[in-house]
Amino acid sequence: MMYDAGPSIDVTDEAGGSVGDIMQQIADHKGCGTSGGSGKASCGSAAGSGDLAPEIWEKVKNHPCYSEEAHHHYARMHVAVAPACNIQCNYCNRKYDCANESRPGVVSEKLTPVQAAKKVLAVASTIPQMTVLGIAGPGDPLANPAKTFKTFELIYNTAPDIKLCLSTNGLMLPDHVDTIAKYNVDHVTITINMVDPDIGAKIYPWIFYRNKRYTGREAAQILTDRQLMGLEMLTERGILCKVNSVMIPGVNDHHLVEVNRAVKSRGAFLHNIMPLISAPEHGTVFGLTGQRGPTAQELKALQDGCEGEMNMMRHCRQCRADAVGLLGEDRSAEFTTDKIMAMEVDYDIDTRRAYQAQVEDERQAKVAAKQAELGTLAGEMSDVKILIAVATKGGGRVNEHFGHAKEFQIYELSTAGAKFVGHRRVDLYCQGGFGDEDSLDGVIRAINDCAAVFVAKIGGCPRADLVKAGIEPVDQYAHEFIEQSAIAYFKDYLGRIRTGEITPVVRGDADIRQGAFIAG
Amino acid sequence: MAYKIIASQCTSCTACEAECPNVAITEKGGTFVINPKKCTECIGYFDIPQCVAVCPVDNTCIIDNNFPRYQPRA
Repeated sequence: MMYDAGPSIDVTDEAGGSVGDIMQQIADHKGCGTSGGSGKASCGSAAGSGDLAPEIWEKVKNHPCYSEEAHHHYARMHVAVAPACNIQCNYCNRKYDCANESRPGVVSEKLTPVQAAKKVLAVASTIPQMTVLGIAGPGDPLANPAKTFKTFELIYNTAPDIKLCLSTNGLMLPDHVDTIAKYNVDHVTITINMVDPDIGAKIYPWIFYRNKRYTGREAAQILTDRQLMGLEMLTERGILCKVNSVMIPGVNDHHLVEVNRAVKSRGAFLHNIMPLISAPEHGTVFGLTGQRGPTAQELKALQDGCEGEMNMMRHCRQCRADAVGLLGEDRSAEFTTDKIMAMEVDYDIDTRRAYQAQVEDERQAKVAAKQAELGTLAGEMSDVKILIAVATKGGGRVNEHFGHAKEFQIYELSTAGAKFVGHRRVDLYCQGGFGDEDSLDGVIRAINDCAAVFVAKIGGCPRADLVKAGIEPVDQYAHEFIEQSAIAYFKDYLGRIRTGEITPVVRGDADIRQGAFIAG
Repeated sequence: MAYKIIASQCTSCTACEAECPNVAITEKGGTFVINPKKCTECIGYFDIPQCVAVCPVDNTCIIDNNFPRYQPRA
């Protein structure tokens, strides 16, 4: 199974520096977040190229899986045309396949390339912000090369404005780099969990390679060699590469710093470290052996530690291989094969362009508002750093009710500004108009490391419980831009510290909820 | 003379279909089946049966005892 998808085709990008230049700029690029001043840039903060080379920014700015800022506005979809896999991972179980299984790599329906192409056009016509198509499994796309590339070909011929991406375990990548280039797939995600075969042997029980099953250290050695070779070959051809890693405490958590160095030096432009999902009911080896996933603070510490080296991705939702919609939502139930095949699809590229132009205006307004607010922080001197949780439906605004939030976005506030550092999924607090006390406890555990929670609205009961837990409910910024509001709040927060109204305390750790996003 | 697939364990992932050198594996009723008339247990092609090696669920592609073991022609 592949965690999440990645990358894309950019048919507009023919000009702009030589491949060597671009890759050098990628290698030099650092940081992710909206913090100014520290030399770090942002994958999607400023309007938001940060110090990304313009050519790279052009390629990724509307890509929800690459640009934290873009994922508020643009949607992606995955089509499940690639069921076969060629490696076994201890965090994956291919046995179950039902709509209630909420974890990455699981799909409800397999599609043929023709069905997949029709689905993409149907979704793109219904959801104008759909800009990216990924093939991420549910197996490995390059273990199903004929189906994967046929799908790309069909979509490229009918909807050339849709970016194409591929997410692979990398085992067969070197064999297919030229085909990937031929179909204009210029963004690829490789899942790399280790560069040391002794560690790999604890993650991969076996691989199937050139008609033979390999196990243990030998399997992991072949896999890592092929992954790094594939990464280098893509980089040489100017194809953007993101690397996904699954953080497995006690197995590869410290080692991922080394992985980060290895992939950066080979030209990967973004590293996405994701928490292990290992609920026992998923039936994975790690789930059954009781291997735990990281806590929220363990994950953040590792991401922070790698950030000096290269751009880190923090907004991955570990979605299913058939997800449809904005990250954090899944509209796949609206687009089942039966419904799609019955649809009359009229692919109107002009409507899509008009919609996207409108989104661009909104983005510019948001960035301008944030920059203006950031100006008011100038001159503030403080070492205080706090986390806040934000309830949002998207569009970069504080626009969700506390009780309706299925996830909270986490921002780190300091005198450098507001920096997106992750998200936390929760069970709905408000069910059928009534608050559920058990799920409120779960919400508090999920945002326990935050000093405040920004909401559009909140009821009296949860408000009191949050205050008791030391988390300040903030509804005064309802429907405002998140970053602008967060900076204003932080300025006020520092003021309250100065007057002695509040004493900053170190918050505890928080839980990461198990499971991928599903519809509903 | 053949391998068979335990239907209740098959995830229908299609991996075996592409690897079979005899094109003996096809989808039937949602899972995959091996045509015993075509299966050679990969003898003459590979050291190990490809369906066994690639299948993600252990003990799903197994020898079918209803048939005698495959005998390659001399």
